[in-house]
Amino acid sequence: MLTKTARPKNLNLLKIRQPVTAVVSIIHRISGVILFLTLPVMIYWFAESLRSAEDFAEAQAFFSSNWMLLAGALLAWALIHHFFAGLRFLLLDIDVGLELKTARATAWLVFACVAIVFVAYMFGVVI
Amino acid sequence: MRAWLIQRLSAVYLSLFLLYVLFWWLTTDRLSYTEWRQLIGQPFMAVALGLFFSALLVHAWVGMRDVLVDYIPHIGLRFFILIGVALFLLALGIWAALILVAVVMI
Repeated sequence: MLTKTARPKNLNLLKIRQPVTAVVSIIHRISGVILFLTLPVMIYWFAESLRSAEDFAEAQAFFSSNWMLLAGALLAWALIHHFFAGLRFLLLDIDVGLELKTARATAWLVFACVAIVFVAYMFGVVI
Repeated sequence: MRAWLIQRLSAVYLSLFLLYVLFWWLTTDRLSYTEWRQLIGQPFMAVALGLFFSALLVHAWVGMRDVLVDYIPHIGLRFFILIGVALFLLALGIWAALILVAVVMI
């Protein structure tokens, strides 16, 4: 694993037009890293919510603040994308949708599902 | 191969747990502190949450490792960051375990 191999180093990813399948994949990674970074915050508030009635109220206030509406939207988006893109990868692993045309179609489907669920989530939170 | 399998198995558990939480969130009214605490304190729930945190942290470890191995070519730096991520996740795991033990015991 830790051996150096000769890889091409002249690839400029920004100059290559990525296919939709690659975009789904890279966003899966980015959303995963975002979720990883928010873990301590989530566990902290989980602990607080269980500590006492006052801390529980404080946690509720924190999560209903305007600032959290924005951060929560980012977090919800990351989670929703990670979920749907991950589901697609699991299906690819068991040989479902491997054909190029299907793989492209399901990549677009991932974006569609993420958009729908995200909008539903935002409606649910705002109303 | 083993990491690959662990990543898939944890993904399946995390997805199912997430769907359960979503269903619960959509069908339950706002809870009071006592109700919330009772819900989490049930032995079944504590076990399910223990499994959830385990799956979550293992999943995060394999994922972060894959990402770091791909994007940090410098072996020394990569090793250093990997150690940091491992310690970070380990600390989170101990923290989560303590929370669950406390909520069941007290």
